[in-house]
Amino acid sequence: MKKIVVRKKKSLVRSLGFGAAVLLGMIVYAYGFNITKVNFETTRSERRLTQLTRILRALAHPALFEYQKEELVVAAPIYLPCPKSGVPTFDPDRSQPYLVLTPACGGAKEIIQVEGFSFWPNTKGPINFVPPSGASLTIGNLTTDADGYFSARVELPQRRPVDEAQTLRAIARRNIGAPMFSPVAHSTWEKIVETVFLALLATTLGTLLAIPVSFFAARNLMSTQESPLTSVALSVLGWPLGILIGVQAVRWIRAVGAQILDSNALGAGGWGSLIGLLVTWVVVRWAFPRQQTQAPGRALRLARTLALVAGGLAALFAMHMVASLALTVGRALVEPLGVFGFLGNFIAQLGDVLIIVSPLVAALVGGGVLSHAGSRVGQSVSDQLPANVVRVANLFSAALAGASVSAILGAGVDWFYQIDDLQKTLWLPGGVGAALGLLLSVRSAPKDPLPIGSVVYYLTRTVLNATRSIEPLVMVIVFVVWVGIGPFAGSLALALHTIAALAKLYSEQVESILSGPLEAIRATGANRLQTIVYAVIPQIIPPYISFTMYRWDINVRMSTIIGFAGGGGIGFLLQQNINMLQYRAASVQMLAIAIVVASMDYVSAVIRERFV
Amino acid sequence: MLDVKNLMKIYDGGVLALDDVNFQVEKGEFMAVIGLSGSGKSTLLRCINRLVEPTGGRIVWNGFDITAASQDEMRRVRRKIGMVFQHFNLVTRSKVITNVLAGRLGYVNPALSLLNRFSQADMQMALRQLERVGIADQAYKRVDELSGGQQQRVGVARAMMQEPEMILADEPVASLDPVLAHSIMRHLEQLNKEDGVTVLCSLHFLDLVHDYADRAIALNNGQLMFDGPPKAIDDKKFKEIYGKEAKRVG
Repeated sequence: MKKIVVRKKKSLVRSLGFGAAVLLGMIVYAYGFNITKVNFETTRSERRLTQLTRILRALAHPALFEYQKEELVVAAPIYLPCPKSGVPTFDPDRSQPYLVLTPACGGAKEIIQVEGFSFWPNTKGPINFVPPSGASLTIGNLTTDADGYFSARVELPQRRPVDEAQTLRAIARRNIGAPMFSPVAHSTWEKIVETVFLALLATTLGTLLAIPVSFFAARNLMSTQESPLTSVALSVLGWPLGILIGVQAVRWIRAVGAQILDSNALGAGGWGSLIGLLVTWVVVRWAFPRQQTQAPGRALRLARTLALVAGGLAALFAMHMVASLALTVGRALVEPLGVFGFLGNFIAQLGDVLIIVSPLVAALVGGGVLSHAGSRVGQSVSDQLPANVVRVANLFSAALAGASVSAILGAGVDWFYQIDDLQKTLWLPGGVGAALGLLLSVRSAPKDPLPIGSVVYYLTRTVLNATRSIEPLVMVIVFVVWVGIGPFAGSLALALHTIAALAKLYSEQVESILSGPLEAIRATGANRLQTIVYAVIPQIIPPYISFTMYRWDINVRMSTIIGFAGGGGIGFLLQQNINMLQYRAASVQMLAIAIVVASMDYVSAVIRERFV
Repeated sequence: MLDVKNLMKIYDGGVLALDDVNFQVEKGEFMAVIGLSGSGKSTLLRCINRLVEPTGGRIVWNGFDITAASQDEMRRVRRKIGMVFQHFNLVTRSKVITNVLAGRLGYVNPALSLLNRFSQADMQMALRQLERVGIADQAYKRVDELSGGQQQRVGVARAMMQEPEMILADEPVASLDPVLAHSIMRHLEQLNKEDGVTVLCSLHFLDLVHDYADRAIALNNGQLMFDGPPKAIDDKKFKEIYGKEAKRVG
């Protein structure tokens, strides 16, 4: 039988260590108290407690409603100071509400009694002192009882002595009619609507862009992507070249489009869009046959490629024409539509968006296509040619790719820091990049696959993490400079943050999908995109919806404070009221935020249940 | 004819999964692959359509070297090789018909298929295949509403959509009860006998091997231990394949 040995505690050393740890903890917290200026004495101070009470009570009375008011103004003469000849008697009309002052005169800071008779019962109001100049000063308040009587003691103000009578005025106010929403409630409603739509736009834009990005940030999709160096180098070279070509194509088409549109914006725009779309459709249908039973021949492939280039140009042309048409029609619609003029404005803005994004789209498509073509060429070079030839090809292409990437980086640095020295921003980094490319091509075996997918994965992750770490409140400052103070800046800032945050959450969902269906779809001969559409997307739709709803929720909450930094929405109002100590108004805005966030939570739960 | 020569697979961790495997499969043959779990059956099947990249050796199918094929060529090879999986590997949130149509992805225009557009002919064909495996009435249900046996039929129908010349079945009945197992095996047999499709099928139970296979190969630790008719697996061979402590059941 084995003997079970109980390990002896090293008691002294252990307790000493424990004691030291406790001591260290105490020191850390002591320093923390010091740094954060913890001082509980302030929490008990009389003055602060009254203030706190006042603010909490104000917050508990949101200025939601108000009444129309009527006023009862009753005046009585008062002498300040008392005249030497004695106070003239004042006999008020006792059939009306009247005031009795005892005494009806006095020096500064003297206390007198004010009594009111036959006032409206149970009303409140101020008691004012009105000198001959007419600038009234509130010196007290009145509250009448059920008989319409009040009595108040007020202190006379310190004023320049005047011989003749001055006026003491009591005002009673009462509500008439039903309660109405206050102006604060109205402006809060306006701003909360703005807030919700700000969040909606930010979430929509962010989601649309986050979805494609999330695939690049998913390890399981990217880590299987491996290509030989030739393919990688040529595809890297394809990007800048393609972007350049795309941007140039847009410029050219804009010039052509401008000439056509010059004559007759509406007609030419309409026909242009129609013809452009038609040509694109025909070309795409021809170049992408429904079924491919045989591998197409070389001539056919070339013809298809040329046709697709033409189709791409036609598509760009159509895009430009549709955009111009939308711009013209939208602007023309604003007037006749009246209240629904915002629809016309929406169409015009969409056209403008098309115009803005068309160079971007062309650059992306051009870069993507050329990069893909480069990668294909590189792959076949690597597959079919002997190793020595591939090595030479690698030397050239890798050096060129390295040089162009670093030259572009150099240009970026130059833009930020304005070095203006080609030696430092073009030739030096270009040379270093070329050397790095050469080194890579010498060090790696010519046909070995490089883990290019993982490189893209880490790059994407890094950019996303950096973007995500900047709060939208900070981002909005940059956007405010760009597009001006208002909700547009706020929605752009929130959208940018949404992209980074959602892409990360999405990509983690992609990483957790089942690999079985992926394998099965790949086995049918599907290409990468098809695999994503048929095996990945169906699996990630429920979590994507649920994350998007959650993000909308976050964006609504964020958009309530993004106004603090000039980003529009209710935050602006809230901050203003807090700064002006209008706590009852601020309370209305807080209430609105609470209601919107709570109902968002409810709505998102319902939607999630429906789709997931 | 499928000709596997000196096939070798070493995984990243250094695990030797296939060790110099050689065999040939005639067109129209029904061949069983047997062996313990972890003996390399799945790796072998996946090497044939290069879901797993072989480390060494060659696989030649109808005179075409699969191991040397480019990605584009591989796409055209894979669409002629149907595959059936132990865990069905269906997209359970999609409809049955969508899963079956996925079998056409190697044929259709990639751009259009991304929008989930299939031709009328493909739709007809999908319904026909579902009819053949007896679940045409379930076509528009979601896969996760189906029972296990029905799900595997969807898997078979998907493979049939490829109009395959060969089917790789990776333990297609290991997650099913014995009755369902026979019904799925009969579908494979039907494909083999009626359509002349070559079938490579890894199996656990020897009685299934006896019932359906023309020929069997056995793997143990990545090495080919046996190649011959199922009847030739006597007790001695059995111990060689499954180890000394194994007992024959069924």
